[in-house]
Amino acid sequence: MAGDHDHDNGHDHDNQLSETVLRVKALETLLVEKGLVDPAALDAMIDAYENKIGPRNGAKVVAKAWTDPAYKARLMEDATAAIAELGYSGAQGEHMVVVENTPAVHNLVVCTLCSCYPWPVLGLPPVWYKSSAYRSRAVIDPRGVLKDFGLIVPDGVAVRVWDSTAEIRYLVLPERPAGTESLGAEALEALVTRDAMIGTAKVMP
Amino acid sequence: MNGVHDMGGMHGFGPVEPEADEPVFHAPWEGRVLALRRALGAWRKWNIDAGRHSIETLPPADYLRMSYYEKWLASVITLALGAGLITQRELETGKRDPATPVATPPLTADKVLSAIMKGGPTHRATDTTPRFAAGQTVRAREIHPAGHTRLPRYVRGRVGTIERDHGAHVFPDSNARFQGENPQVLYTVRFAARELWGEAAHPGDAVYLDLWEDYLDGA
Repeated sequence: MAGDHDHDNGHDHDNQLSETVLRVKALETLLVEKGLVDPAALDAMIDAYENKIGPRNGAKVVAKAWTDPAYKARLMEDATAAIAELGYSGAQGEHMVVVENTPAVHNLVVCTLCSCYPWPVLGLPPVWYKSSAYRSRAVIDPRGVLKDFGLIVPDGVAVRVWDSTAEIRYLVLPERPAGTESLGAEALEALVTRDAMIGTAKVMP
Repeated sequence: MNGVHDMGGMHGFGPVEPEADEPVFHAPWEGRVLALRRALGAWRKWNIDAGRHSIETLPPADYLRMSYYEKWLASVITLALGAGLITQRELETGKRDPATPVATPPLTADKVLSAIMKGGPTHRATDTTPRFAAGQTVRAREIHPAGHTRLPRYVRGRVGTIERDHGAHVFPDSNARFQGENPQVLYTVRFAARELWGEAAHPGDAVYLDLWEDYLDGA
């Protein structure tokens, strides 16, 4: 790749992108020709992360925890097993921990060293989660980062930042919003956003 | 290694910019790179720690300039070359060396979902006694390993409290060098924000990290 790549020049950027597209195609062709990868397996992998494994999984976990106290107790005790009860497990979520937001505590998840994220329940991480801006600031200035997301955490609330340095993956259990007492699990699930389960948003009624 | 990837606490990267309705992949090639890397991983020629280290060892300026999947692409090529799955000549010509046999891929489409669901757990059963217990005060060691490590610079030398014991997990520092799993107890350690960042930090805030026994001393 060109070392003198210029971010201000859209034309150069397009050239670089098409160069990357060609390199990926050439690599895949070579690997398939050598029998090292099965192209149908690549399609299946992409389909899994585009269509099957994403934040709706995590939203189901959260809604169940809000509506089923026994499930919530299991989730806080052994998140890996409780999440597997709903059928979610495996790659990049082999060892899960759930941290609970309360009126006194706000949790925020980051991976300063790379991009660790709980794939079985949230899918692949968004670009901002993998960005230098988020990774550098979430630990030193979590309240400033939350402000970037429009979330002001009052002084009386403690912010806990979870830097995923090992193979433990973290899911935030957001606070159930007031005024949702009459809603069932399915309606609640629809309110739960990806960002609320990372800790950069609250769930709104 | 004290690389540019170890970003916790750095300044100057600007605000976090979330994208509304972000797609899973921004272009089809990104998905191909993700899938290629994981499908090649099924050959078990490297492990997650060696894979991460291959990204960390990109030249720092490239690391900062490249997108996530550009880094994955560079890394998977390095890994495949290093493992002898492909040769430099094959990469340059785009053609299989006719002297090499055609292999059979270990990961086929029918196995993809079960492979994802199974993942690669890092917990290992051992009979070692943990050196620390919940509530105990510990100090992160002031060490600077030149290879892969999960001990970020910003906690080295700092005092924290053991929050939780996760049992023994594969030790990335040795595993990344193919020097064995060396499983040892992994702890969640709580560091007060003020211990890490000084008086300007909010008094009630804290940062939690998962740290292996070899990263810690009693304090």
